[in-house]
Amino acid sequence: MSGLMINDISMRFDLPNGGSVQALKNVSLDIKSGELMSVLGPSGCGKTTLLNIVAGFLAPSEGQIVLNDQPVTGPSPERGMVFQQGALFEWMSVRDNVAFGPDMKGTPRAQSNKTVDRLLDIVGLQEFKEKMVYELSGGMQQRVALARCLANEPDVILMDEPLGALDALTREKMQSLVLDLWKETGKTIILITHSVEEALLLGERLLVMAPRPGRIHKEYRLPFADLGVGNDLREVKKHPDYATTREEILQMIWEMEEEIMGRAEGGN
Amino acid sequence: MKIALVLGELFEETTQVLFSILGAIPYIVGYVAIILACMFIWKIVKRGLTPASGYNSRKTVTFGDESTVVSNTAASIISIVLIFVLWGAFTGSKLLPGFLHAPGPFVGDGSFSYTMEAANGATDTADVSVLVHPAGEKPDVFEVEQGDGIAKNDALVVQSYRSKLLRWDANDETTRKEGAKIVAVNGQPISKDNDVITDFARIALTDKGTLNVEPKKGVQMESIWLPAPEQVWGKLVTIATDGYQNVTLAQHLGFSLWRVVVGFLIGALVGIPLGYAMGLSDWFRGWFDPIVEFMRPVPPLALIPLVIIWAGIGEEGKVILLFLAALWIMAIAARSGVSGVNITKIHAAYSLGASKWQILRRVIIPNSLPEIFTGARVAMGVCWGTVVAAELVAAEKGVGKMIVSASKFQDTDIVMMGIILIGIIGFAIDVGIRQLEKYLVPWKGKS
Ligand SMILES: Nc1ncnc2c1ncn2[C@@H]1O[C@H](COP(=O)(O)OP(=O)(O)O)[C@@H](O)[C@H]1O
Ligand SMILES: [Mg+2]
Repeated sequence: MSGLMINDISMRFDLPNGGSVQALKNVSLDIKSGELMSVLGPSGCGKTTLLNIVAGFLAPSEGQIVLNDQPVTGPSPERGMVFQQGALFEWMSVRDNVAFGPDMKGTPRAQSNKTVDRLLDIVGLQEFKEKMVYELSGGMQQRVALARCLANEPDVILMDEPLGALDALTREKMQSLVLDLWKETGKTIILITHSVEEALLLGERLLVMAPRPGRIHKEYRLPFADLGVGNDLREVKKHPDYATTREEILQMIWEMEEEIMGRAEGGN
Repeated sequence: MKIALVLGELFEETTQVLFSILGAIPYIVGYVAIILACMFIWKIVKRGLTPASGYNSRKTVTFGDESTVVSNTAASIISIVLIFVLWGAFTGSKLLPGFLHAPGPFVGDGSFSYTMEAANGATDTADVSVLVHPAGEKPDVFEVEQGDGIAKNDALVVQSYRSKLLRWDANDETTRKEGAKIVAVNGQPISKDNDVITDFARIALTDKGTLNVEPKKGVQMESIWLPAPEQVWGKLVTIATDGYQNVTLAQHLGFSLWRVVVGFLIGALVGIPLGYAMGLSDWFRGWFDPIVEFMRPVPPLALIPLVIIWAGIGEEGKVILLFLAALWIMAIAARSGVSGVNITKIHAAYSLGASKWQILRRVIIPNSLPEIFTGARVAMGVCWGTVVAAELVAAEKGVGKMIVSASKFQDTDIVMMGIILIGIIGFAIDVGIRQLEKYLVPWKGKS
C-alpha cells in the first residue's frame, strides 16, 4: 500500500534531572499519497517532534512509521525537509544548493543542470542561479529551499514552519507557490504552522494537536486547498465556511493555551 | 610575619606606581588637550570646506549610536603625524624646522666667575671660560689670560650632556690644600648643598672643594636614549644594504618569518583535524578537553625555557615552540567551528541523501572555515609575538636577535628600527589573512 502510516507513535524524552517529558502519546495517522496535511497546535505540543520522527531524525519510544510498506529507520531522500530558516548552505550558490541532492547521488552535471533550471523556473529564481544564497532575501531563500527539496524527487515533503519567518505579503505569495507545487508535483506534504489561516489554506486535512501529552485533538477535511490552487487566496478566504472554521479552531487553541497557563500557575 | 613583609613590599611598590601615574597626569592631560584642540579645529575647517552630507549628518541622535562612529581618517593622519612631530621635536630632528624643536642641550661658549677665599681671609674673583661642544667633536683645549690677583682665570672644555670638574686652584696663587675655598659663583653664595644655576650650566661644589660644571641639557633626548627619526631611517638603509653583524636584514626578517610560517602551518595541520575530532566525537572531546583546556592558558613564552632545555636553541626548538603556540588555538577554533554548525543544515543534508563523509566535506568543513580563519588570525599574531620573544632569549638570526644584540651595544636606533619593523610585519600579516578571508569565506557572518 502506498502512503505514509504513522502507527501509534509515543515519544518520551528523559530529562537529565531524572524526570521525563511525554512529547507524544499514541499518535496514529494514515496519510495517502498526494495528500496535503497541515498541522496546527500550541507551541510545545509535539509538532516538531512528530515531524522529526517521520523524517527519521528521532526514533519513537513506541510505534512505527511506515512509508510505502517500508519501515522508517533514519533520514532518507524519499522524505524531503523544508525548514524555517538557516538550512541553506551559504557557501554555495543557488545552483549548487538546489543541485545538492542530485550531487550526493552522483548525478551527472548535465542532468542535474536540467533539473535545476526546471525548478528555478518554477520557483521564479532563474536569474539568481549564480548568486550566493546570502545575497537573497528571506522569501527567495525559502524558494531555494523548496527547489532544493524538490530536486531530490522525494515522496513526502515535510515542512516545519517553512514560512514562519517571512513578512505577511511574501508569506501569501509563498502559500500560493506551495499550493501550485503540490498540485503540479502530486507530492505528499505535511506542513507544520503556527498560523491558523495558513493551516486552513494549505491543508486538505488539518490536524489540531493538543499538548501534554502531545496528541491529536481534532482533524478536519477542508475544501480550501483545492479551491486555492491557481486562484487568489484572498478569494478563498471569502468562502462562507472559512470564517466559521477559523473561529472554531482559534477558540480551540485559545482554550488549550488558557489551560496550559492555568496549569502552569496552579503548578507553582 | 612573612606575609606581612610581602604585603608591605607590595604596598610600597603600589605607592611608587601610583606616584609615577600622578607624575604622568599633566602629560596625559596635555595630550588629550591636543586631541580635543585638533578635533575642534578640524571640525571648523571641515564645515568651512564641505557642508555636512550623508545619512549620518541628518541624525539628531549620534551619541550612543554606534553606527555613527566611523573611524575618522583625518584624526588617524593627525595622530600619526603628531607622533612623528613629537619624536622629531624631542630628538632635534633635521626633518623638522628648528622652531618646532624642544629646547636642546646648550652648545657654545659660556662663562662664569668664582670668588675664592684664602686661608688668611683674603678674597679674589676670577673668570672661567667654558666651551660646550657636541658629542663627536674634539675641540682643542684653549688658553685664557690669567689676569691678576690671587685667583687666576680658567678655561674648561665640556661635551654636551656630560659634566666636568674644574680644578680652579691649579693655577691660583693659593690652593685648596692651603685652606682656600670657593664661597660664591657669579656673586651668589655656593655651598655643598646649594648649587648655582647660571645662564648655561649648573655649577655645584663638590666634597673636595672643586667645581662641577654641568651644561644645561634642555628637554631633548640624547640619541642613545631616543634616536631621531632620520637616524633610524638611515640605519634601516645601511642595515638593509650592509647587514648587521654579518647577517643581512632580509636574513633576519626571513628567518623570523620562516619560523612563524612553518610553526603555524604544522600547528594548523595538526590542530585543525584535532579540533574536528573533538567536535565530532565525544571520546576525542573527553580525551583532549583536559589537555587543551590546560595548555590554552599557558602562555607560549613560558614554554621557552623548557623548549630550550629539550630542543636547544636551534631552529627545531623555535619551530616546536611556534607549533605549540598555534596548535591549541587552531584546535579550539576548529572545534567551535564544528560545534557551531546549525543542526538544521545537518538534518537537511541527511534528508538530501548525503553520507557522513559528504556531510563532513560539504557541510561541516565549509561551515567551520570562518571560525578557522578567525583562529588563524589569532594564532599568527601569537606566533609572531612568540618568535620575537624566543629570539630575544636565544637565536643566531632573526629580528628579535638583531634588536637584542643591538641593545647590548646601545645601538638604540637599530632597536627602534627593529621594533617598528616587527610592528609593520605583524600588521601586514593580519591584513593579509583578513584579505584572504574576504576572498575565501565571503559568507562569513552572513548566515
Ligand atoms: N530533545 C529534547 N529533550 C527534551 N525535551 C524535548 C526535546 N525536544 C522536545 N522536547 C519537549 O517536547 C515537547 C514538544 O516539543 P516540540 O515538538 O518542539 O513542540 P512544537 O514543535 O509543537 O512546539 C516540548 O515540551 C519540549 O520541551
Ligand atoms: Mg516546533
